[in-house]
Amino acid sequence: MSYYFAIIGTQDNPLFEYDFGTSKQGGDGQPRFSDQARHLNQFVVHSSLDIVEEVQWTRGEMYLKVVDKFFNNYISCFATAGNVKFLLLHQPPPAASSGGSTSRSSTSIGANPTSPQTEEAIKSFFNEVYDNYVKAIMSPFYKVNMEIRSPVFRSRVAAAGRKYL
Amino acid sequence: MTNLAGGKPQDKQSGLRYPTNGKTIYHRPLNRTKTAELSQSSFAYLFSEMVTYAQRRVTGIQDLEKRLNTQGHPIGQKLLDLLLIREPPRSQLRPLNIIALLHLIKINLWTHLFGRQADRLEKSSNPETPDEYMIVDNEPLVNAYISVPKEMSQLNCAAYVAGIIEGVCDGAGFPARVTAHSVGGKEEGEMWPGKTVFLVKFEGEVLERESLIVGKG
Repeated sequence: MSYYFAIIGTQDNPLFEYDFGTSKQGGDGQPRFSDQARHLNQFVVHSSLDIVEEVQWTRGEMYLKVVDKFFNNYISCFATAGNVKFLLLHQPPPAASSGGSTSRSSTSIGANPTSPQTEEAIKSFFNEVYDNYVKAIMSPFYKVNMEIRSPVFRSRVAAAGRKYL
Repeated sequence: MTNLAGGKPQDKQSGLRYPTNGKTIYHRPLNRTKTAELSQSSFAYLFSEMVTYAQRRVTGIQDLEKRLNTQGHPIGQKLLDLLLIREPPRSQLRPLNIIALLHLIKINLWTHLFGRQADRLEKSSNPETPDEYMIVDNEPLVNAYISVPKEMSQLNCAAYVAGIIEGVCDGAGFPARVTAHSVGGKEEGEMWPGKTVFLVKFEGEVLERESLIVGKG
Protein backbone atom coordinates (compact mmCIF):
# COMPACT_ATOMS: atom_id res chain seq x y z
CA MET A 1 0.00 0.00 0.00
CA SER A 2 1.44 3.35 -1.04
CA TYR A 3 0.17 6.80 -0.23
CA TYR A 4 0.66 10.21 -1.79
CA PHE A 5 -0.48 13.15 0.32
CA ALA A 6 -0.83 16.72 -0.94
CA ILE A 7 -2.13 19.98 0.50
CA ILE A 8 -3.71 22.19 -2.14
CA GLY A 9 -4.23 25.93 -1.57
CA THR A 10 -7.24 28.02 -2.48
CA GLN A 11 -5.85 28.84 -5.93
CA ASP A 12 -5.32 25.13 -6.69
CA ASN A 13 -1.65 25.63 -5.92
CA PRO A 14 0.31 22.91 -4.10
CA LEU A 15 1.46 23.83 -0.58
CA PHE A 16 2.93 20.57 0.59
CA GLU A 17 3.42 17.05 -0.68
CA TYR A 18 4.65 13.86 0.84
CA ASP A 19 4.59 10.21 -0.19
CA PHE A 20 4.89 7.26 2.11
CA GLY A 21 3.97 3.61 2.44
CA THR A 22 1.97 1.70 4.97
CA SER A 23 3.47 0.92 8.33
CA LYS A 24 0.69 -1.44 9.36
CA GLN A 25 0.90 -5.21 8.82
CA GLY A 26 4.67 -5.18 8.87
CA GLY A 27 5.00 -2.53 6.15
CA ASP A 28 8.26 -0.61 6.11
CA GLY A 29 6.69 2.82 5.51
CA GLN A 30 8.28 3.15 2.08
CA PRO A 31 6.18 4.14 -0.94
CA ARG A 32 6.07 1.63 -3.79
CA PHE A 33 5.42 4.03 -6.65
CA SER A 34 7.30 3.61 -9.87
CA ASP A 35 9.12 6.68 -11.17
CA GLN A 36 6.41 7.25 -13.75
CA ALA A 37 3.65 6.91 -11.19
CA ARG A 38 5.16 9.67 -9.09
CA HIS A 39 4.49 12.16 -11.85
CA LEU A 40 1.15 10.60 -12.63
CA ASN A 41 0.10 10.97 -9.00
CA GLN A 42 0.32 14.73 -9.26
CA PHE A 43 -1.92 14.72 -12.31
CA VAL A 44 -4.44 12.35 -10.78
CA VAL A 45 -4.67 14.40 -7.61
CA HIS A 46 -4.94 17.62 -9.55
CA SER A 47 -7.72 16.30 -11.76
CA SER A 48 -9.73 15.22 -8.73
CA LEU A 49 -9.99 18.86 -7.63
CA ASP A 50 -12.90 19.36 -10.02
CA ILE A 51 -14.90 16.71 -8.22
CA VAL A 52 -13.89 18.07 -4.84
CA GLU A 53 -15.31 21.44 -5.79
CA GLU A 54 -18.65 19.87 -6.58
CA VAL A 55 -18.79 17.72 -3.47
CA GLN A 56 -17.66 20.35 -0.99
CA TRP A 57 -20.81 22.44 -1.39
CA THR A 58 -23.16 19.55 -0.83
CA ARG A 59 -21.82 18.52 2.58
CA GLY A 60 -20.60 20.59 5.50
CA GLU A 61 -18.33 17.95 6.97
CA MET A 62 -14.64 18.52 6.43
CA TYR A 63 -13.88 14.88 5.71
CA LEU A 64 -15.36 14.07 2.31
CA LYS A 65 -14.18 10.44 2.15
CA VAL A 66 -13.22 8.92 -1.22
CA VAL A 67 -14.11 11.46 -3.90
CA ASP A 68 -12.41 10.06 -6.97
CA LYS A 69 -10.98 6.87 -8.39
CA PHE A 70 -8.55 6.47 -11.26
CA PHE A 71 -7.85 2.82 -12.09
CA ASN A 72 -6.30 1.53 -8.89
CA ASN A 73 -5.82 4.95 -7.31
CA TYR A 74 -8.33 6.14 -4.72
CA ILE A 75 -8.44 9.76 -3.64
CA SER A 76 -9.74 10.81 -0.26
CA CYS A 77 -10.35 14.45 0.49
CA PHE A 78 -10.53 16.70 3.53
CA ALA A 79 -11.61 20.31 2.97
CA THR A 80 -10.62 22.75 5.70
CA ALA A 81 -12.66 25.74 6.77
CA GLY A 82 -10.34 28.03 4.85
CA ASN A 83 -11.00 26.16 1.61
CA VAL A 84 -7.63 24.45 1.57
CA LYS A 85 -7.83 20.81 0.54
CA PHE A 86 -5.95 17.84 1.86
CA LEU A 87 -5.85 15.08 -0.73
CA LEU A 88 -4.63 11.58 -0.09
CA LEU A 89 -4.07 9.21 -2.97
CA HIS A 90 -3.98 5.60 -1.86
CA GLN A 91 -3.05 2.70 -4.01
CA PRO A 92 -3.83 -0.80 -2.74
CA PRO A 93 -1.16 -3.35 -3.60
CA PRO A 94 -1.97 -5.55 -6.58
CA ALA A 95 -3.69 -8.52 -4.92
CA ALA A 96 -2.52 -11.30 -7.24
CA SER A 97 1.21 -10.68 -6.95
CA SER A 98 1.33 -10.95 -3.17
CA GLY A 99 0.68 -14.69 -3.40
CA GLY A 100 0.44 -16.43 -0.07
CA SER A 101 -0.20 -13.36 2.02
CA THR A 102 -3.49 -12.43 0.31
CA SER A 103 -5.63 -13.81 3.08
CA ARG A 104 -3.90 -11.59 5.59
CA SER A 105 -3.71 -8.44 3.52
CA SER A 106 -7.38 -8.63 2.58
CA THR A 107 -8.31 -7.74 6.15
CA SER A 108 -5.75 -4.96 6.44
CA ILE A 109 -6.70 -1.34 6.01
CA GLY A 110 -5.91 -0.23 2.53
CA ALA A 111 -6.55 -3.54 0.81
CA ASN A 112 -10.16 -2.48 0.75
CA PRO A 113 -10.08 1.29 0.17
CA THR A 114 -13.78 1.95 0.72
CA SER A 115 -14.26 -0.11 3.87
CA PRO A 116 -15.33 1.73 7.06
CA GLN A 117 -12.06 0.83 8.80
CA THR A 118 -10.02 2.45 6.05
CA GLU A 119 -12.26 5.51 6.07
CA GLU A 120 -11.88 5.82 9.81
CA ALA A 121 -8.08 5.44 9.65
CA ILE A 122 -7.80 8.10 6.95
CA LYS A 123 -10.10 10.37 8.92
CA SER A 124 -7.82 10.12 11.97
CA PHE A 125 -4.83 10.82 9.76
CA PHE A 126 -6.48 13.92 8.27
CA ASN A 127 -7.57 15.20 11.66
CA GLU A 128 -4.06 14.98 13.01
CA VAL A 129 -2.63 16.72 9.96
CA TYR A 130 -5.32 19.40 10.24
CA ASP A 131 -4.34 20.03 13.82
CA ASN A 132 -0.76 20.61 12.74
CA TYR A 133 -1.81 22.62 9.70
CA VAL A 134 -3.76 25.06 11.89
CA LYS A 135 -0.68 25.42 14.09
CA ALA A 136 1.37 26.14 10.97
CA ILE A 137 -0.96 28.90 9.80
CA MET A 138 -1.05 30.42 13.29
CA SER A 139 2.50 31.58 12.70
CA PRO A 140 2.36 35.34 12.17
CA PHE A 141 4.86 34.99 9.33
CA TYR A 142 2.67 32.59 7.41
CA LYS A 143 0.33 33.99 4.76
CA VAL A 144 -2.49 32.01 3.23
CA ASN A 145 -1.37 29.94 0.22
CA MET A 146 2.29 29.97 1.16
CA GLU A 147 4.20 26.74 0.74
CA ILE A 148 4.70 24.90 4.05
CA ARG A 149 8.41 24.22 4.36
CA SER A 150 8.77 23.49 8.04
CA PRO A 151 10.70 20.25 8.63
CA VAL A 152 8.84 19.92 11.92
CA PHE A 153 5.54 19.91 10.03
CA ARG A 154 6.87 17.30 7.62
CA SER A 155 7.98 15.02 10.43
CA ARG A 156 4.60 15.46 12.13
CA VAL A 157 2.81 14.37 8.94
CA ALA A 158 5.15 11.40 8.68
CA ALA A 159 4.39 10.48 12.28
CA ALA A 160 0.63 10.67 11.65
CA GLY A 161 1.11 8.43 8.59
CA ARG A 162 3.00 5.86 10.62
CA LYS A 163 0.42 5.98 13.39
CA TYR A 164 -2.75 5.48 11.37
CA LEU A 165 -2.00 4.17 7.89
CA MET B 1 6.08 21.17 -8.11
CA THR B 2 8.76 18.50 -8.01
CA ASN B 3 11.10 20.58 -5.90
CA LEU B 4 8.28 20.82 -3.40
CA ALA B 5 8.55 17.10 -2.66
CA GLY B 6 11.96 17.58 -1.08
CA GLY B 7 12.57 13.97 -0.15
CA LYS B 8 15.38 15.11 2.11
CA PRO B 9 14.06 17.66 4.56
CA GLN B 10 17.41 17.89 6.30
CA ASP B 11 18.66 19.94 3.33
CA LYS B 12 16.41 22.77 4.37
CA GLN B 13 17.19 22.57 8.03
CA SER B 14 20.52 24.34 7.78
CA GLY B 15 19.10 27.83 8.15
CA LEU B 16 16.51 26.89 10.74
CA ARG B 17 16.99 27.81 14.36
CA TYR B 18 15.08 26.11 17.12
CA PRO B 19 14.19 27.88 20.33
CA THR B 20 16.49 26.98 23.21
CA ASN B 21 13.85 24.88 24.95
CA GLY B 22 13.31 22.92 21.72
CA LYS B 23 9.61 23.79 21.60
CA THR B 24 8.23 25.01 18.28
CA ILE B 25 4.78 26.32 17.43
CA TYR B 26 3.81 22.70 16.74
CA HIS B 27 4.35 21.77 20.37
CA ARG B 28 1.80 24.22 21.68
CA PRO B 29 -1.83 23.24 22.17
CA LEU B 30 -4.51 24.83 20.00
CA ASN B 31 -7.11 25.04 22.75
CA ARG B 32 -6.72 28.12 24.82
CA THR B 33 -6.66 28.05 28.56
CA LYS B 34 -9.38 29.81 30.51
CA THR B 35 -7.17 32.68 31.57
CA ALA B 36 -5.92 33.54 28.11
CA GLU B 37 -7.77 36.87 27.93
CA LEU B 38 -5.71 39.94 27.16
CA SER B 39 -5.88 43.21 28.98
CA GLN B 40 -8.00 45.76 27.19
CA SER B 41 -5.65 48.62 27.93
CA SER B 42 -2.69 46.91 26.31
CA PHE B 43 -4.86 46.18 23.28
CA ALA B 44 -6.01 49.81 23.16
CA TYR B 45 -2.38 50.95 23.27
CA LEU B 46 -1.37 48.58 20.48
CA PHE B 47 -4.39 49.50 18.40
CA SER B 48 -3.70 53.21 18.70
CA GLU B 49 -0.20 52.53 17.37
CA MET B 50 -1.68 50.53 14.51
CA VAL B 51 -3.99 53.38 13.56
CA THR B 52 -1.09 55.84 13.73
CA TYR B 53 0.99 53.53 11.56
CA ALA B 54 -1.79 53.20 9.00
CA GLN B 55 -2.27 56.95 9.00
CA ARG B 56 1.18 57.67 7.64
CA ARG B 57 1.23 58.85 4.02
CA VAL B 58 -2.45 58.24 3.39
CA THR B 59 -4.34 60.37 0.91
CA GLY B 60 -7.67 60.39 2.66
CA ILE B 61 -10.04 58.73 5.06
CA GLN B 62 -11.00 56.04 2.56
CA ASP B 63 -7.36 55.16 2.09
CA LEU B 64 -6.86 54.97 5.85
CA GLU B 65 -9.86 52.69 6.27
CA LYS B 66 -8.56 50.54 3.44
CA ARG B 67 -5.26 50.11 5.24
CA LEU B 68 -6.94 49.18 8.51
CA ASN B 69 -9.04 46.70 6.56
CA THR B 70 -5.90 45.17 5.05
CA GLN B 71 -4.39 44.77 8.52
CA GLY B 72 -7.38 42.77 9.68
CA HIS B 73 -7.85 40.59 6.62
CA PRO B 74 -5.21 37.87 7.26
CA ILE B 75 -6.40 37.58 10.87
CA GLY B 76 -9.87 36.66 9.67
CA GLN B 77 -8.58 34.10 7.20
CA LYS B 78 -6.62 32.33 9.92
CA LEU B 79 -9.21 32.67 12.67
CA LEU B 80 -11.73 30.79 10.57
CA ASP B 81 -9.73 27.58 10.82
CA LEU B 82 -8.92 28.12 14.48
CA LEU B 83 -12.56 28.73 15.42
CA LEU B 84 -13.74 25.57 13.70
CA ILE B 85 -11.03 23.34 15.12
CA ARG B 86 -12.05 24.47 18.62
CA GLU B 87 -15.61 23.37 17.99
CA PRO B 88 -16.60 19.90 19.21
CA PRO B 89 -16.08 17.40 16.35
CA ARG B 90 -19.78 16.96 15.74
CA SER B 91 -20.42 20.60 14.94
CA GLN B 92 -17.17 21.05 12.99
CA LEU B 93 -18.99 22.02 9.83
CA ARG B 94 -17.84 24.31 7.07
CA PRO B 95 -20.43 27.05 6.48
CA LEU B 96 -22.23 26.24 3.24
CA ASN B 97 -24.62 29.15 2.99
CA ILE B 98 -24.64 32.84 3.85
CA ILE B 99 -26.80 32.47 6.94
CA ALA B 100 -24.55 29.80 8.44
CA LEU B 101 -21.51 31.96 7.73
CA LEU B 102 -23.02 35.09 9.29
CA HIS B 103 -24.07 33.13 12.36
CA LEU B 104 -20.52 31.88 12.72
CA ILE B 105 -19.33 35.48 12.60
CA LYS B 106 -22.01 36.86 14.90
CA ILE B 107 -21.63 34.16 17.55
CA ASN B 108 -18.27 32.37 17.37
CA LEU B 109 -16.05 35.10 15.96
CA TRP B 110 -17.48 37.86 18.16
CA THR B 111 -17.32 35.73 21.30
CA HIS B 112 -13.72 34.84 20.53
CA LEU B 113 -12.64 38.41 19.87
CA PHE B 114 -14.80 40.48 22.20
CA GLY B 115 -16.24 38.05 24.74
CA ARG B 116 -19.86 38.58 23.67
CA GLN B 117 -22.05 38.13 20.63
CA ALA B 118 -22.71 40.82 18.05
CA ASP B 119 -25.90 42.71 18.78
CA ARG B 120 -27.89 42.22 15.62
CA LEU B 121 -27.86 40.61 12.21
CA GLU B 122 -29.93 42.11 9.42
CA LYS B 123 -30.58 41.56 5.76
CA SER B 124 -30.90 44.61 3.56
CA SER B 125 -34.59 45.43 3.11
CA ASN B 126 -33.90 47.14 -0.19
CA PRO B 127 -34.95 44.72 -2.97
CA GLU B 128 -32.26 46.13 -5.26
CA THR B 129 -29.44 45.00 -3.00
CA PRO B 130 -30.18 41.40 -1.96
CA ASP B 131 -26.44 40.85 -1.61
CA GLU B 132 -26.09 43.14 1.42
CA TYR B 133 -26.17 42.03 5.01
CA MET B 134 -25.55 44.03 8.15
CA ILE B 135 -23.90 43.06 11.41
CA VAL B 136 -24.63 45.57 14.16
CA ASP B 137 -22.42 46.22 17.15
CA ASN B 138 -23.72 48.80 19.60
CA GLU B 139 -20.37 49.46 21.20
CA PRO B 140 -17.35 48.19 19.25
CA LEU B 141 -14.51 47.33 21.60
CA VAL B 142 -11.87 48.70 19.24
CA ASN B 143 -13.48 52.16 19.36
CA ALA B 144 -13.71 52.26 23.17
CA TYR B 145 -10.90 54.80 23.57
CA ILE B 146 -11.04 56.49 20.21
CA SER B 147 -12.51 59.93 19.71
CA VAL B 148 -12.62 60.90 16.08
CA PRO B 149 -11.83 64.58 15.33
CA LYS B 150 -14.62 66.64 13.77
CA GLU B 151 -12.93 67.03 10.38
CA MET B 152 -12.58 63.25 10.08
CA SER B 153 -16.13 62.44 11.11
CA GLN B 154 -16.40 59.90 8.27
CA LEU B 155 -13.73 57.73 9.84
CA ASN B 156 -14.58 54.60 11.77
CA CYS B 157 -11.58 52.66 13.06
CA ALA B 158 -13.71 49.54 13.27
CA ALA B 159 -12.65 49.19 9.62
CA TYR B 160 -10.06 46.92 11.20
CA VAL B 161 -12.81 44.61 12.45
CA ALA B 162 -14.47 44.88 9.04
CA GLY B 163 -11.21 43.56 7.61
CA ILE B 164 -11.33 40.58 9.94
CA ILE B 165 -14.91 39.84 8.86
CA GLU B 166 -13.88 40.17 5.24
CA GLY B 167 -11.06 37.70 5.84
CA VAL B 168 -13.47 35.17 7.31
CA CYS B 169 -15.88 35.56 4.36
CA ASP B 170 -13.12 35.32 1.75
CA GLY B 171 -11.54 32.36 3.48
CA ALA B 172 -14.78 30.43 3.63
CA GLY B 173 -15.29 30.91 -0.11
CA PHE B 174 -17.81 33.76 0.11
CA PRO B 175 -15.89 36.69 -1.40
CA ALA B 176 -17.29 39.92 -0.01
CA ARG B 177 -16.55 43.59 0.65
CA VAL B 178 -17.04 44.62 4.26
CA THR B 179 -17.14 48.21 5.43
CA ALA B 180 -17.76 49.80 8.83
CA HIS B 181 -20.17 52.72 9.23
CA SER B 182 -21.02 54.78 12.30
CA VAL B 183 -24.74 55.22 12.62
CA GLY B 184 -25.08 56.51 16.18
CA GLY B 185 -24.57 59.96 17.65
CA LYS B 186 -27.01 61.73 15.36
CA GLU B 187 -29.50 62.71 18.05
CA GLU B 188 -29.21 63.81 21.66
CA GLY B 189 -29.53 61.35 24.52
CA GLU B 190 -29.09 58.34 22.37
CA MET B 191 -28.40 55.04 24.09
CA TRP B 192 -25.58 53.86 21.82
CA PRO B 193 -23.66 56.80 20.35
CA GLY B 194 -20.90 54.51 19.10
CA LYS B 195 -23.22 52.14 17.25
CA THR B 196 -21.47 50.66 14.22
CA VAL B 197 -22.89 48.76 11.29
CA PHE B 198 -20.69 46.35 9.36
CA LEU B 199 -22.04 46.23 5.85
CA VAL B 200 -21.27 42.91 4.17
CA LYS B 201 -21.69 43.00 0.41
CA PHE B 202 -21.24 39.60 -1.20
CA GLU B 203 -20.04 39.13 -4.76
CA GLY B 204 -22.56 38.07 -7.37
CA GLU B 205 -21.11 34.58 -7.69
CA VAL B 206 -21.93 33.86 -4.04
CA LEU B 207 -25.63 34.59 -4.55
CA GLU B 208 -25.60 32.58 -7.74
CA ARG B 209 -24.17 29.55 -5.95
CA GLU B 210 -26.54 30.09 -3.05
CA SER B 211 -29.56 29.85 -5.32
CA LEU B 212 -28.16 26.67 -6.89
CA ILE B 213 -27.58 25.01 -3.52
CA VAL B 214 -31.04 25.95 -2.23
CA GLY B 215 -32.55 24.69 -5.48
CA LYS B 216 -30.90 21.31 -4.99
CA GLY B 217 -31.77 20.93 -1.33
